[in-house]
Amino acid sequence: MSSSKRSPIIVEHLRKQAMWDALSRGKRLDGRDFGDQRPLEIEIDVIKKANGSARVKLGDSEVIAGIKIETGEPFEGLESKGALIVTAEVLPTASPHVEPGPPDEEVVELARVVDRGVRESEMVDLDQLALVPGKIVYTIFVDCSVINADGNLFDATSYATVAAILSARLPIFEMQDSKVVDTGQTKDMPLRTIPVSITAIRIGDSVLIDPTAEEEACMDARITIDTTPEGFCAIQKGFAGSFTIDQLKKAAETARIKGEAVRAKLRELTGKNG
Amino acid sequence: MDELREVKITVGTVKNADGSAFIEFGKNKILAAVYGPREVHPKHMALPDRCVLRCRYHMSPFSTDTRKNPAPSRREVEISKVMREALEPALMLEDYPRAAIDVYVEVLQSDGGSRCAGIAAASVALADAGINMRDLVAACAAGKVDEKIVLDINDTEDKEGGADMPVAYLPRLDQVTLLQLDGNLSPEQFNECLDKAISGCKMVYEIQKKALMQKYFGNETEMKEETQ
Repeated sequence: MSSSKRSPIIVEHLRKQAMWDALSRGKRLDGRDFGDQRPLEIEIDVIKKANGSARVKLGDSEVIAGIKIETGEPFEGLESKGALIVTAEVLPTASPHVEPGPPDEEVVELARVVDRGVRESEMVDLDQLALVPGKIVYTIFVDCSVINADGNLFDATSYATVAAILSARLPIFEMQDSKVVDTGQTKDMPLRTIPVSITAIRIGDSVLIDPTAEEEACMDARITIDTTPEGFCAIQKGFAGSFTIDQLKKAAETARIKGEAVRAKLRELTGKNG
Repeated sequence: MDELREVKITVGTVKNADGSAFIEFGKNKILAAVYGPREVHPKHMALPDRCVLRCRYHMSPFSTDTRKNPAPSRREVEISKVMREALEPALMLEDYPRAAIDVYVEVLQSDGGSRCAGIAAASVALADAGINMRDLVAACAAGKVDEKIVLDINDTEDKEGGADMPVAYLPRLDQVTLLQLDGNLSPEQFNECLDKAISGCKMVYEIQKKALMQKYFGNETEMKEETQ
């Protein structure tokens, strides 16, 4: 059962006061403006044994995503489509507050929100990934591991997932005597677009994007917005606070503008369009 | 297109609970029961300055087309979380330090929009339990079907694709406490969809208030209607 708990990170009262003072002057403790993202580093093909992989550093948050492509049964109701599954794990390396064990609800939410962004954007054309429609389809696992956590794991994990998919090569499987055979060859992934996630939080009346762990410990509410070049494909409001309608519409506009910059970076890095 | 499915809320349907509500929202049949404020078990979960809110959204195995495994799914874990976060801003948890409030939402029959219906019912159940609240939490979804923005999409419309945007809203305070989106919307459609969902929330709000009035001032309301 889900229960309300506070951030395990305790921010000293003086530090909190300093943060509020800075925010009231339109600045953040690390000197950024409300609409500034931390430095974003993306590296692809970091795991050679994976079909695709990426390592993302967003400020001090660091995530590795690896893709394994296999064959399996299709999802119920989606018999003629390939299956795409995004998982996320926050490794015990990520911070002193993480303990090994089954994922708690925050990690379940993280994985589901990242999965939703990729799925709803229809980034991967799953219609092209059925081998024997109704029986055998490509199954794409994107597994993400958070190595170091310093806030905004939603965006860092999403970028790692998207970059890994963009970098992936699809193994060519064939049916021989009703058995699946790996031909050892690969081809391009069938891609349609590039979704980009932008997360903002509200502290008092200030709405800021790409929060650090310290800022998240002071937040009143959070919103994650996934965009494509055409518009919006997934949204998740999180944390036990609220937004005004006006704040939401502004955050949506910011997500489109800032998302376009990240999308350009992903295009340049991988040579893929979308 | 701007119409809500038929919504009916009955207050106080679970006798043992401190507060409860049963909502029929289209084909959804959802029960919400509230226990608390009461002692926290395990005790270490208690907070010194406010109440712990706990929330469970669960679907009965017989609530869906194919049997649902009764063990909580990842979807249910997530919905339990967003539901709690949608309710919490409305509650004066600081009024009940060291205590817990448990909200149980059981989906007996599911249709599209069960999380919104569940939130609406839970909010009424919390009011029925006499918990101090800033406002009722109204909830409603809007979405896109055949490129048109419509209010309150049901199961079949949802599965056809398009987009689905569940929203929870505090009408008196003008605050959004739940916002999710599955599916693609242009910037114009996004604004239209959000506005439409808010208008749906306001309709649900009226039904919630009426249901509470019916329980607590039943005869008076009837009398008032007669004289009008």
